[in-house]
Amino acid sequence: MLAFLVVPVVALFVTGNPADWLAGLRHPITAPALLLSIVTTALSLSVLVAFGTPLAWWLGRSEARVARLVETVVQLPIVVPPAVAGLALLLAFGRRGLLGPLLEGMGVDIAFSTIAVVLAQVFVAAPFYIQAATAAFAGVDENLLVVARTLGASPATVLFRVALPLARRGLIAGAALAWARALGEFGATLMFAGNLSGRTQTLPLAVYTALESDVRAAQALAVILVVIAVAIIIVLRPRRGRHRR
Amino acid sequence: MKTLLIAAVVVFGFSASARAEAPREVTVFAAASLREAFEDLAKTFESKSGVKVRVNLAGSQELRTQIENGARADVFASADQKHMAALVKASLVTAPRVFARNTPVVIVPKGNPAKVASFEQLTKAKKLVIGVPEVPIGTYTLQILENAGADFKTKILANVVSRELNVRQVMAKVSLGEADAGIVYRTDALAGKDKVEIIEIPTKLNVIAEYPVAVLSKAPQAAAARAFVDLLLSAEGQKRLAAAGFVAP
Repeated sequence: MLAFLVVPVVALFVTGNPADWLAGLRHPITAPALLLSIVTTALSLSVLVAFGTPLAWWLGRSEARVARLVETVVQLPIVVPPAVAGLALLLAFGRRGLLGPLLEGMGVDIAFSTIAVVLAQVFVAAPFYIQAATAAFAGVDENLLVVARTLGASPATVLFRVALPLARRGLIAGAALAWARALGEFGATLMFAGNLSGRTQTLPLAVYTALESDVRAAQALAVILVVIAVAIIIVLRPRRGRHRR
Repeated sequence: MKTLLIAAVVVFGFSASARAEAPREVTVFAAASLREAFEDLAKTFESKSGVKVRVNLAGSQELRTQIENGARADVFASADQKHMAALVKASLVTAPRVFARNTPVVIVPKGNPAKVASFEQLTKAKKLVIGVPEVPIGTYTLQILENAGADFKTKILANVVSRELNVRQVMAKVSLGEADAGIVYRTDALAGKDKVEIIEIPTKLNVIAEYPVAVLSKAPQAAAARAFVDLLLSAEGQKRLAAAGFVAP
């Protein structure tokens, strides 16, 4: 199993050579794509943490049946193929979409914009963060929160000084996974945001575009993508034991 | 795990050899824009010869890469000369022949929301979708715009909101009404004509795409492959291709 997972990634590296990678780095589509990927994934992650954390808190602490139902709904984007997700987003937020007239009235035009890239990334990456955060919050000992309250801490203090630090490992692990997933997002972006250098062409789209003309450039871009994704996961991975309670 | 892996190898191995021995099947690698025409022609070929046709549709570039990497195929039909020429150079195919031509057209969503009445009015479309220069339709689009003048080209390119990786994605975005206009092959436009309207590109500006077909040098079913190519070039084959919107070579 391990070999099956590792060999293709190794092949990506060993079948190329450093000269090609340098050429790939200098390829005119690389720099804008790299920059756009960094900016959009950072935005996506911020949106996800800001809005996903309260949702995960509720899901993790609530015993209500509706919470379990919502938990299932939140997982949907994992099962839906990304291209279908992109189509769904277009049918929801596009010019002729469900919310199209409303958005147009507000003067907002989402499809084919950088905002569409961010929305596509949030859509596909959300389950990874929310799932991990929900599990992390569910694992926080209720008694600790109650004790903190009886000692006079306000609900906000309990949340920020007790609950969040306790759930930190799970939150960070979820955020890392979600970020990596957002970075690799392809299908939904292509469908919903299109492919335009500097505006909506992220690294995975650049890889696919380059593949049409120059396999070596595509491979070099792919190597960059993998290196970044691995770096994110390594940097943010919870250190075993260090934060154990 | 190990036993499972061995079992998987054995099963795959058997099914692969079983396929190689099946005599009555010819594998055709065809450019995505040939979908409707080839599905139709495959049925004709099957009923005439009794040989089953398996059509693998993808971008010409993808098919070429698959063939270069040893994909088992009998016939290759490309949407441009470039990829065919590369395979000829590598001695993977022999004697390609042009069997059809395809003309790019402008498409707008049904109802024409941007009121583009002619090619010259394409500047009215504020959201344009075209192919990336790396795929044939993208190259042709740039040539057409070039032919229409540098000023026109600059104006049009400023309104491009997305450069799609294949023609069908351009079709999809215009069909959904998310783009005001796009440039695709006539065959694609006809395949989706309930969703889009066609605007002709003036002949003197237009670029014609040539579709070459060839039998692979290592075709497992060479005889059947040649018969399929003959059908494409026959009067009947040409009639079917014309119905899909292709022009005779």
